[in-house]
Amino acid sequence: MSDGVATAVSRPDTPISTRKDWVSDQEVRWCPGCGDFTILAAMQTLLAELGARRESTVFVSGIGCSSRFPYYMNTYGIHSIHGRAPAFATGLAVTRPDLDVWVITGDGDALSIGGNHLIHALRRNVNINIILFNNQIYGLTKGQFSPTSEVGKVTKSTPYGSLDIPFNPVSLALGAEATFVARTHDMDRKHMMEVLRQAYDHRGASFVEIYQNCNVYNDGAFNDITSKDRRADYLIPLVHGEPIRYGKDGEFGVSRGEDGMLHLVKVADVGEDALLIHDMSLDNPSQAFELSRLARGPHEPTPIGVFRSVDCPEYGYEVTRQLAEVESQKGIGDLAALLRSSGTWVVE
Amino acid sequence: MTLTTTAKNVKEVDQVVVRFAGDSGDGMQLTGSRFTAVTSLVPNDTATLPDYPAEIRAPAGTLAGVSSFQLHFSDHDILTPGDKPDVLVAMNPAALKAHLSMVKSGGIILVNSDSFDERSLGKAGYSSNPLDDGTVKPYRVYEIPMTKLTLEACKSAGVKPRDAERSKNFFALGLLSWMYTRPVQPTIDWIEERFATNEMVKEANLRSYKAGYNFGETAEIFEARYEVAPSRFESGTYTNVPGNTALAWGLVVASRLAKMPLFLGSYPITPASDILHELAKLKNFGVRTFQAEDEIAGAGSALGAAYGGCLGVTTTSGPGIDLKAETIGLAAHLELPMVIVDIQRVGPSTGIPTKTEQADLLAVVYGRHGESPVPVVAAMSPGHAFDAAIEACRIAIEYRTPVYLLSDGYVANSSEPWRLPDLDALPAIDPHFLDTPNHVDDQGNTSYWPYVRDPDTFARQWAIPGTPGLEHRMGGLEHADGSGNVAYDTLNHEKMTQLRQAKLDAISKSIPLLAVDDPDGLGGAEVLTVSWGSTYPAVLAGVRRTRKRGLKVAMVHLVHLNPFPSNLGEILGRYRKIIVPEINMGQLWTLIRARYLVDAESISKVQGIPFKAAEIESAILDALDKGRAARS
Ligand SMILES: Cc1ncc(C[n+]2csc(CCOP(=O)(O)OP(=O)(O)O)c2C)c(N)n1
Ligand code: SF4
Ligand SMILES: [Mg+2]
Repeated sequence: MSDGVATAVSRPDTPISTRKDWVSDQEVRWCPGCGDFTILAAMQTLLAELGARRESTVFVSGIGCSSRFPYYMNTYGIHSIHGRAPAFATGLAVTRPDLDVWVITGDGDALSIGGNHLIHALRRNVNINIILFNNQIYGLTKGQFSPTSEVGKVTKSTPYGSLDIPFNPVSLALGAEATFVARTHDMDRKHMMEVLRQAYDHRGASFVEIYQNCNVYNDGAFNDITSKDRRADYLIPLVHGEPIRYGKDGEFGVSRGEDGMLHLVKVADVGEDALLIHDMSLDNPSQAFELSRLARGPHEPTPIGVFRSVDCPEYGYEVTRQLAEVESQKGIGDLAALLRSSGTWVVE
Repeated sequence: MTLTTTAKNVKEVDQVVVRFAGDSGDGMQLTGSRFTAVTSLVPNDTATLPDYPAEIRAPAGTLAGVSSFQLHFSDHDILTPGDKPDVLVAMNPAALKAHLSMVKSGGIILVNSDSFDERSLGKAGYSSNPLDDGTVKPYRVYEIPMTKLTLEACKSAGVKPRDAERSKNFFALGLLSWMYTRPVQPTIDWIEERFATNEMVKEANLRSYKAGYNFGETAEIFEARYEVAPSRFESGTYTNVPGNTALAWGLVVASRLAKMPLFLGSYPITPASDILHELAKLKNFGVRTFQAEDEIAGAGSALGAAYGGCLGVTTTSGPGIDLKAETIGLAAHLELPMVIVDIQRVGPSTGIPTKTEQADLLAVVYGRHGESPVPVVAAMSPGHAFDAAIEACRIAIEYRTPVYLLSDGYVANSSEPWRLPDLDALPAIDPHFLDTPNHVDDQGNTSYWPYVRDPDTFARQWAIPGTPGLEHRMGGLEHADGSGNVAYDTLNHEKMTQLRQAKLDAISKSIPLLAVDDPDGLGGAEVLTVSWGSTYPAVLAGVRRTRKRGLKVAMVHLVHLNPFPSNLGEILGRYRKIIVPEINMGQLWTLIRARYLVDAESISKVQGIPFKAAEIESAILDALDKGRAARS
């Protein structure tokens, strides 16, 4: 145990190949039609595809409809307390680098009660994948507005409309030094799986916002982006290395104007060469941040995809490295010597 | 060693209480702990009481800025830092003003007369000079121009006057070392090592120290030097250890005993931060320390680490335990081990951060929503903090439960000679991680059920992530015993509530029976004192005083506050008069009255300082009087 890492006994694993192996024996209790189902299916399918190991996969959640997720995964799982999953996951990931730790959270869980833990887990770059199910509402408590609800939202707690200015989760994560930031939505399993795959592969903290429909308390909040008929005009796909363009025939795009700012443009007006080429690997997060500001909400053309993915030292690895470094300088700690370290005297 | 001593009148005394007092910037804590260190080498028995302002740089020269360090040393076994100083070293007028009334009448006062100028007198609120106006008449006062003598001593070394002046605490230390015939070489060695990287400061401190010593030798103003003969200690190797350090070491030792790496999640707060500081140094012991964004994350990360099979610990003081409560409830519900260390301080709210209190007891026993039983262990002295830490970890790991470890500002910062334990003799702690399935269903499929229990201890079988085939889900929703599946059935909730309590109760089987200290045998004394935590030394000293008067007084001291040792009720039942001294408004008193229906009396003090032996003595005398009056 000299490296200070607990490891469980390892035995040959039974090969896992199908989604079914990742499905737990618990009955799924979300409302019929809830977006959470498709996210669950995407995750189970992906983990099977990735050949991940059940015994080294842990889902940690807070409280909310979304946070019931771990019960439905046939892996290790903890349904913790409201907002605190990133703190719990940090302690686990830092001491058990052998595990894949996922955090499942909601917009209230992550951004309201747990906002502090979220930003600190991101800035430390702890090796966890944080998946935020953003339905722009408090589902479990039956429909109050959330920190991502649009201004003027009428809910039980805001009968005359909410006055709070919402967070933009992607902007927030970028501001919190996140090294991997992405957005996807619950109506496109393929895109979800691709984004989650990249989050899984990323070393350090990954942050994925998933637009998730709550068909009971906030139905259709993301219709512009997710519905087949409007998607083309509202969903701006971010593809690394490709010009950013959208519209049925790619007639719209994103371009940096003479004022130095990013603008939504008609490709015909500026020419293809003027389109911004998406680069998620930029060290400076400013451009990713600008992209995150293009839409004030999901009712305007909104970038979907990976905003930022950069390599930075991972926290748990650094902690372990420092332990090893001190150990190589001082040798493995000697308890008897420690107890004598501030001087002793002997009484015969 | 160049310091010589001529034969001079040396008087034997059996014990002395010295208090160093000065401005926060005068280095009184350092002076006091150095004096303690050499005194331990005699060896004399020692007990200390550091006291300093909450502000880092309180206004210089004011009463608010006074910092002090009291040391009691003797040729016999002592318990408390002493009620009244025999000697006060006052580096400025404010220090004199703040501490004068505490000094024994006829006691010795050494003042730095250079600091008694009009400005400093004014800052201390003196309208006339107390050295001249009769204020200090009842004492033996020595006015010594310490600043001037220090500057002179340093002059030829080329030290800048400003730097030289800072060394005047070493002058005082040198003088006291002469007065009490303390060994000199250890301090010289210490200065050389500690200031090795700063030649000027080293030289200034050395010269000042020697100048102070030589001043005593040559000044011819002192009638006598004093000697305190070595105390009779049990044989062994000793060190002088502050409570927070001993507690940190106890955690590291427990982690080795359990073969579980130590993880500390903590947010800085006085007086708990020193545990974080100490553990942060011990990376080569496999200790991971995590300075969290707040106390909630400190507790959350510790619980996450515990879930992964580490020894998860979080340390804090009063305000922090309020924030951690929800996480501790989760740990109690999940039945995961975790140790929460609360170094109590004066509350509520920010209170007085640097002063001691025992007022978190009810909060840690009851301060969570729902029925959420959590074991509580309390340290009773600096050295005992080591044992208490191991005991808290033992209970946490073996019973899969969060455990509160209580200490307080007094235990944390004071120090005592501590006999080093035989590490090889400490029993191992076994987490019994499960690595094979513990359940077979009707179809013969095997799986792991997280809430399968030991029939005696009620501890659940525990598997950690990474174990193939034992994947499982747990959460804060009520669950069925055995499978751990979410269960909203209300009768099941009642069963689970009773099980969690039964597990707590079962812990008492692993706790040694409480031993009563009653010279007349159980039930023989007229009055029983019941104490817990850091009141131990004062209560024992007070009890001894009353016994010297020929009175029949018994004492029990509780280390385990939840659950109580199983024979506590029986013991309480044997005494007609019971008093419970506490640095709170009667919290243990409330608990034992509620639990055992005994007519105990609370002795309460909430002044941010420990009890004095004399206060306990008079409380016992009062109790005896009342008891007798009631019977006649
Ligand atoms: C300390 C605490 N405060 C409040 C709650 C009540 N609560 C449970 S979930 C929730 C909000 C959930 O919203 P969100 O995180 O968006 O999750 P969703 O249900 O929408 O998936 C609230 C306020 C709680 N469980 N704990
Ligand atoms: S309330 Fe909304 S978010 Fe919650 S399960 Fe139902 S549909 Fe899903
Ligand atoms: Mg929500």
